[in-house]
Amino acid sequence: MGITARNWREYPQRYRMEAAKCNKCGKIFFPPRLVCNECGNREFEQVKLAGEGKLKTFTVIRVAPSNFIDEQPYAVGIVELTDGVSTLMQITDCDPDELSIGMRVKIEFRKVQTEGDAGILMYGYKAVPLRE
Amino acid sequence: MRDVAVIGIGMNEKWGELWEKSFRTIFVEAALNAIDDAKIDKIDAMYIGCMSGGLFVGQEHIGSLLADYLGTGPIPATRIESACASGGLAFRQAFIDVASGMSDIVLAGGVEKMLDVDGGATTYALSTAADQEYECFHGITFPGLYAMIANAHMHKYGTTRKQLAQVAVKNHKNGSMNPRNQFPFETDIDSVINSVMIADPLTIMDCSPVTDGAAAVILCPLDLAKEKFKDHPVIQVIGSGHATDSIALHSRKDLTWLSAVELSGKNTYKMADKNPSDIDVCEVHDCFTIAEICATEALGFFEPGKGGMAVQDDVTAIEGKIPINTSGGLKSKGHPVGATGIAQILEITEQLRGDSGKRQVKDAKIGMTQNMGGSGGSSVCHILEVK
Ligand SMILES: [Zn+2]
Repeated sequence: MGITARNWREYPQRYRMEAAKCNKCGKIFFPPRLVCNECGNREFEQVKLAGEGKLKTFTVIRVAPSNFIDEQPYAVGIVELTDGVSTLMQITDCDPDELSIGMRVKIEFRKVQTEGDAGILMYGYKAVPLRE
Repeated sequence: MRDVAVIGIGMNEKWGELWEKSFRTIFVEAALNAIDDAKIDKIDAMYIGCMSGGLFVGQEHIGSLLADYLGTGPIPATRIESACASGGLAFRQAFIDVASGMSDIVLAGGVEKMLDVDGGATTYALSTAADQEYECFHGITFPGLYAMIANAHMHKYGTTRKQLAQVAVKNHKNGSMNPRNQFPFETDIDSVINSVMIADPLTIMDCSPVTDGAAAVILCPLDLAKEKFKDHPVIQVIGSGHATDSIALHSRKDLTWLSAVELSGKNTYKMADKNPSDIDVCEVHDCFTIAEICATEALGFFEPGKGGMAVQDDVTAIEGKIPINTSGGLKSKGHPVGATGIAQILEITEQLRGDSGKRQVKDAKIGMTQNMGGSGGSSVCHILEVK
């Protein structure tokens, strides 16, 4: 299946949240891409995404894909980081009932899934509600 | 460009769990029904929408397989893939083929056999329509993606849980009059809201089902239809539009707005020289209840945020101002992903012919279809008019 290589290729994003900022218009892409869809420029500077943001929307997965069955129910949301980038991730260390749109979250490095019979552990970013 | 007409339509007698029939058989059955309806004796080319023959039945290269089993001879047969919009896109490619003058009699079909694999494999196959590394990796599902659209819509516009349920209630009411449907029964608001929660706030009754099914339609030049195929009223394809958006939901500025639907709709209206107010009946892609609300807004039938209220006020009922999903939609008919877009054309053609029986929209002259891939990453629309 090539899961190991596929996961390895995404390490810079999953482990370090490396993104690419367009040299011309400043738009930040996560994951990085080869051409800016805003201005057509092909040169980027590597940046790290912000570690905080707010929930734009969320849901609670009650019927999970087979590789997440042991986790269900779990919350997933789209987080808008303070640098303006939005991306999808699980929301953890929370009671689904306390979640609301607009809620502030911080990003943490966690185990995301265990893949296949060999059970390679795959890590990445998750959101944790910020409780003021 | 030549004008193009739809002269034949067909699907399986019933969609659902077709255990006893194979992938190739359900397609050939639907295609033969369309061929018999059109009364044609040859096909010049064929386009078949199929999202994932490979993952559902281990079969790719379906152009070769299906042309052989349909007995068409060695014609060009092309498989078209755009996730759940594969059928609508196959119809568009067939339309372009006839309009361009390359082919005269073209079959546009769609097929998906989803119930040969277990639930986990089905969920996985469908999830390939989303971003594998940046959506699916985190455990999101398609109900989950649309649930997030629903929560955003409810938060921004005050759309209610009850209004979502009313989409399912309306479509099942329409579908109860369509015996071909997988689930031709009525339901009520409480049953929808209180059924099993899949991804908050969507229950299993907000979701379209997993289905085996196929559908096919026949296209030819309008002039040929008027001259040779006079058994049915002539139905012209007056507009076609196709657009894409980011595959990942999170890359879109407004999570409540389906830009690809808006753009594909606008291009279709422009080609047809029509406005939303000219449409008498429309089939939209209600893979989830919220999808119908968002699609009817993006197609310009209602202002942004007013789609839920429209369902509540029966504006989209068969007797309403703009009847939506008279067939029962994906919700009641079933959603064999590659076939859905073709079945939408079939419903609109029947409506314009006046053959819809109890579901008939009075004086329907102009009808529209909207077929969507993934969480809105692609959309295909068509407008048909009876001549
Ligand atoms: Zn740029």
